[in-house]
Amino acid sequence: MAARTSARGGAKASVAIPQLDWSKIRPAPVVLVSGTENFLADRAIRMLREVLKLEDPSLEVSDIDAAAYAPGELLTVASPSLFGEPRLIRATGVEKCTDAFIAEVLSYLEAPADGTYLVLRHGGGMRGKKLLDAIRGGAGGGIEVVCTELKKETDKVDFAVAEFRSAGRKATAGAVRALVSAFSDDVAELAAACQQLISDSSGDVTEATVEKYYSGRVETTAFAVADVAIAGRHGEALVMLRHALASGADPVPIVAAFAMKVRTMAKVAGSRGPSGQLASQLGMAPWQIDRAKRDLQGWSGAGLGRCIEVLAETDAAVKGAERDPVFALERMVGVIASRGASRIE
Amino acid sequence: MSVWDELTGQTEAIEVFRAAAASAAALDPADNAMTHSWLITGPPGSGRSNLAFAFATALLSTDPDGDDATRRQVEARSHPDLAVLTTERVIITIDEVRSLVSSSQFSPSVARYRVMVIEDADRMTERTSNLLLKALEEPPPRTVWILCAPSEADLIPTIRSRVRSVRLRVPAVAEVARLIERRDGVGPELALRAARESQSHIGMAHRLATNDDARRRREQTLRTALGIRTVTDAVLAAATLLELAGEDAKAITEQRDAEEREQALRSLGVDAGGTIPPALRSQLKALEEDQKRRATRSLRDGIDRIMVDLQSLYRDVLLVQLGASVDLVNLSLDEELRRAAASSRPEHTLAVLDAIATARRRIEGNVAPALALEAMLVAVTKGEPA
Repeated sequence: MAARTSARGGAKASVAIPQLDWSKIRPAPVVLVSGTENFLADRAIRMLREVLKLEDPSLEVSDIDAAAYAPGELLTVASPSLFGEPRLIRATGVEKCTDAFIAEVLSYLEAPADGTYLVLRHGGGMRGKKLLDAIRGGAGGGIEVVCTELKKETDKVDFAVAEFRSAGRKATAGAVRALVSAFSDDVAELAAACQQLISDSSGDVTEATVEKYYSGRVETTAFAVADVAIAGRHGEALVMLRHALASGADPVPIVAAFAMKVRTMAKVAGSRGPSGQLASQLGMAPWQIDRAKRDLQGWSGAGLGRCIEVLAETDAAVKGAERDPVFALERMVGVIASRGASRIE
Repeated sequence: MSVWDELTGQTEAIEVFRAAAASAAALDPADNAMTHSWLITGPPGSGRSNLAFAFATALLSTDPDGDDATRRQVEARSHPDLAVLTTERVIITIDEVRSLVSSSQFSPSVARYRVMVIEDADRMTERTSNLLLKALEEPPPRTVWILCAPSEADLIPTIRSRVRSVRLRVPAVAEVARLIERRDGVGPELALRAARESQSHIGMAHRLATNDDARRRREQTLRTALGIRTVTDAVLAAATLLELAGEDAKAITEQRDAEEREQALRSLGVDAGGTIPPALRSQLKALEEDQKRRATRSLRDGIDRIMVDLQSLYRDVLLVQLGASVDLVNLSLDEELRRAAASSRPEHTLAVLDAIATARRRIEGNVAPALALEAMLVAVTKGEPA
């Protein structure tokens, strides 16, 4: 209970409790797990349970769904039992909680039960703000574990490195980079990939290991495909298109991404003047204009026109006018990569 | 005054329906003029639904020319024996049809017949249409179905074979102009121009004759299209047209949306500007969703109007190029038309007309409107000497 006493001594500022990273979670009477990244939150809560289970194997775990909370539930599971086992109460869905839940947790915070750990999972949003403010204000002597989304590439690299380190394994920088670029969409997938490498391979994890398990997998976006195609690199664009489709991109937004780029180029193509002036005239950001001007090298008006026609045709095709949306996309990439000069039928 | 007087230029169809109504009133089993399922087809704006309601009035009254009380009830859509299915969204849902079919089984309460009208029968999907088959084929003795659609091809064959079809024709420009002049009280010149530019679409002619903004938007559409020289022009023009269509659609729906919301709030007992209790939010949300669906339809209709206007423009250009002695639709743009005709060739104009038809088909198939319009206008640039 050391954590509890130290937390109680905290100042009464707006956030008076320690805010920790997900991996630093530790037992406290009230643990608020906030943030949008569900995967990390689940992991943090699991870690907490393992720690508590290690301390006392008779730990009693109960779950509460805050979205369907009925009055009295918390009191029932938090009231002391005959043998006084420690208890872990996990409340999920606090971002959708009922009014009764807020009221009862607030009154519970005034006198938390001994040997009971209440974990509140709040997935972000305004609901239950009063409750969050009370916990952050120090009521109940809690801690907050912040699980924000890993948006930046470096965050993901750090995450992967930590994964290997916690398993006592070493991974080369190149291997981690390759892994992160292969699983850039979802942290859960990245973590699963790390775990698989840790359990299936022996020794240091090197680029060769990653290559062996996940070779050729690159996550890419529709815009990246469009960039390569517009630059005229046909083969590379086709490969990337296949990667995008294989990693879950849908043909319809891919066409939309292409259309957006080509539309901007067409608008810029016939306009003269400095970028700043054009930007305000066309309602776009100056960098978009500069980008379009760079993209336009080697393009002709007629070529742009043909590409726009093919785009409309492809949009119809991927929405059911033709049988094979992927073929239609490939044909479109062909026309755009040749800058509208030829049609591959 | 008879219910048939207000209808313009459909003498043959009116004769058919009047005979049917007369035979229905006489209850003569030897007379085959009346039947239980009707389909009225005709181009948009030819007065399909007006004719359907005139026929409904005649059937619901005892007199084949309709009496005044019944006419007022039909106009207010409040006659107890009249059921109307119309939609302001993209499609008619299966649930709407289901409830209509079950209500068709009731016998009439005050009139001789129960009349079921489906205004946009072409907006039913195949599954929905199938639901109607049984009801259309063997309705209870005193139920009459009247369906309206632009053409017979819009309905599935199994429905076509169960209805008696009456075709309307496009009313002559002069007839529409006379109607507009009489009904809206505008000058003969404006009425004639509106009738011509709407290509005899009575509803559109009414709008063009009475609404300056609508007229301005139409002219701007055509001038934008005529000003296209390069691909850049085409893309920018597509954005302009989309904006115009949006404005046009908004002008129709915006005021109604606000009124409806206010009415809904009042009937729910919420003061204007007051906070909405959480329990009522779902009802308002349903209303908003309805309005959104209507806006989708409205925007699509707006884009389609633009396409029709452009089609009329290039039709005129083609007529001038071929030296045909047929009346032009866009007489107000005569000079620009001749200039455009001189600067391109008939093959190119035909290609543009094809492109417009393709774009209409694509938008129907859910292609992004901006993309469809851009591709259409790119076709315009091709005839320009490089």
